[in-house]
Amino acid sequence: MDAHPDLTVSVIRGLGWFYLLAAVMNALWAYRVFRGGKYFDSVFGIEHVPRAATWAIYSALLLMLATVHLMTHSDPGDFLFRLPLGFKNFVDTVIANPISYFAVSMLLFVAMIWLRKWWTRPTVAWVLLNIVVLFLGISMTDYDFRQIVGKPDNVPIVGMLFIVGFFTWLYFSRSVENDRRIALGEPKLEDEQSEQVLVWPDLVYTEMICMLLLTALLIVWGVALQAPLEEPASAVRTPNPSKAPWYFLGLQEMLVYYDPWMAGVVLPSVIVVGLMAIPYIDFNTKGNGYYTFDERKFSVITFLFGFLPLWVAMIILGTFIRGPNWNMFGLYEYWDVHKLQVLNNVDLSQLFWVDWLGKPLPKAEAGVGLGSQVGTILLREWLGFALVLAYLFLLPPLMAVTVFRNFFVKMGFVRFMVLADLILFMGALPLKMGLRWAFNLKYIVSIPEWFFNI
Amino acid sequence: MSVGEYIRQSQVWRSIFRHPAPYDRRNRAVVMLTNFFLHLHPVSVKQGGIALSYTWCMGGVTFFLFLVETLTGVLLMFYYRPTLEWAFQDIRGLRDVTTLGVMREIHRWGAHAMVITVWLHMYRVFLTGSYKPPREFNWVVGVLLLVLTLLLSFTGYLLPWDQLAIWAITVGSNMARATPVLGHEGPGFQLLNIGGYDLITSASDARFLLLGSRFVGEETLNRFYILHCVAIPLVVATLIAIHFWRVRKDGGISQPL
Repeated sequence: MDAHPDLTVSVIRGLGWFYLLAAVMNALWAYRVFRGGKYFDSVFGIEHVPRAATWAIYSALLLMLATVHLMTHSDPGDFLFRLPLGFKNFVDTVIANPISYFAVSMLLFVAMIWLRKWWTRPTVAWVLLNIVVLFLGISMTDYDFRQIVGKPDNVPIVGMLFIVGFFTWLYFSRSVENDRRIALGEPKLEDEQSEQVLVWPDLVYTEMICMLLLTALLIVWGVALQAPLEEPASAVRTPNPSKAPWYFLGLQEMLVYYDPWMAGVVLPSVIVVGLMAIPYIDFNTKGNGYYTFDERKFSVITFLFGFLPLWVAMIILGTFIRGPNWNMFGLYEYWDVHKLQVLNNVDLSQLFWVDWLGKPLPKAEAGVGLGSQVGTILLREWLGFALVLAYLFLLPPLMAVTVFRNFFVKMGFVRFMVLADLILFMGALPLKMGLRWAFNLKYIVSIPEWFFNI
Repeated sequence: MSVGEYIRQSQVWRSIFRHPAPYDRRNRAVVMLTNFFLHLHPVSVKQGGIALSYTWCMGGVTFFLFLVETLTGVLLMFYYRPTLEWAFQDIRGLRDVTTLGVMREIHRWGAHAMVITVWLHMYRVFLTGSYKPPREFNWVVGVLLLVLTLLLSFTGYLLPWDQLAIWAITVGSNMARATPVLGHEGPGFQLLNIGGYDLITSASDARFLLLGSRFVGEETLNRFYILHCVAIPLVVATLIAIHFWRVRKDGGISQPL
């Protein structure tokens, strides 16, 4: 017997129920499309075919798939519906590499904004949802995937992905519609419901139904899924990997690129302060109280960039992909403690003095005074300091006279500087990632003597 | 006279509710003004302002989850003892033998859900531009509540005292060691010294303040327990009150005044 079987009878049965649910979902969708009353003019010579037929056929296929899973008696080892090895390897290669992982998440981010008019159409969104559902289902046939996705504490994160996806879809679909209406001078979606209604019963009852549903959900969730409880705490047995709670994994991911004082203290503080500063630096008065994209492109793109690729995607990375020794593992890859990753990162000062100038690093003679020690360190790191200071203090004025000219005029000096520095801090993470990947750069300023590394 | 009517006309009932049943328009307005719990709401709102596709209901859900966490948390406090000897045993007891031990499951899943819904609430408020004047300050209060929600969840994470708990807290609190000036491995900690003696050491820095010890131990458990059950909830409750009050005073959840 394989100790880690990809398929077992209970997995196959579980997937049967999963596909049955998908079949029911799609049957309901087929009904919805049928009620819409649209027809294909001609399909293979048959005229006037309802569009719902496509969905009916699809849900019938899913139903057959579910039946096969629920009824089979063959040996799980011979079961046919599993992931081809080539596909697994391909996904693992893309996912387990920070460069391609970040590239894919950026690509999805750009596509989400660029193609917003296309993917917010209900049919497209439904097809996308189906692809994700099928991907999740078929991936469950892999042992390693099940291990990591099925961890009790990770279940809410899988749920979160669907919920964040749904609400992002809702936002874009409403703003696409509103933007179309604004362009035509028509009243917005929100303006259509501008009459006053009494809170009792209209709101109070909604709240009560909401509370009842939530209570039911929590009880079912609590009974169905046991909260994790591992072995008793032991200060001498360090688990590998040791992970922070899942909602802080974005911060833990920053530790790969920045020292703890930056990743754990400065950058989180900047995030919190930056969030608080939003209302005071967003001078755009449009888009208050209705969904729109076109009227506030800059602020929405900036916020979504911070929330989706830099927060949610980092949580996914930290939860599902970071394994032992904080190495990256593909979704279908075994978490091997002995996986080797070559690490030969160098500091900027090393690059500058040794590689480019061909000199040894400046080093203070033994026994010299404090002043000259400090002087030597500053000399050694002068390029890093110059770059960091230029980034934080020289770039904002440059931005003010070039790309952000209009912003600067409208915002005034103080607000503009706050905005510019917040954006630069936000950009500091992808920037450092890029430098790491391109030049194996470890620190821009490296002063281990003072615990001061950037 | 039906029984329901008899009860509703009794002196006891009327002393509690002070108004007739909300069957007609006038009393539906009056009920909102005379009931303590309902008076958080206005009497009437714009229809679009309460449409679920607009509000997502995530702020309300977060508040409800806070109440669920408070209720289940108080019940758990009757059972759980925050000591090295008992913490883990009590949680295991909740799982294996205690009647209604499912409260722990509800508490934990509710906490995860609350972190997610508070993010989604922020997401919605941002995407509808509801932080714009006159609601700038309420957004700031909201950000504080978001941070406190994460801290509530973080402090609660330690209490089961299993491997998951102490190592997650160890990883999470190690960063405090590197706090500039105030952490014993942070830049500039040497600046605070008197006559060559460092004031900031592993037994006096920001991490020590958080943990009450040099490592995650019994002092930490006690500290996090108090933070989780008393200190942070008190602050959160106060800020929630301000948050709701400001929603009313700022003229509803969104749109310019």
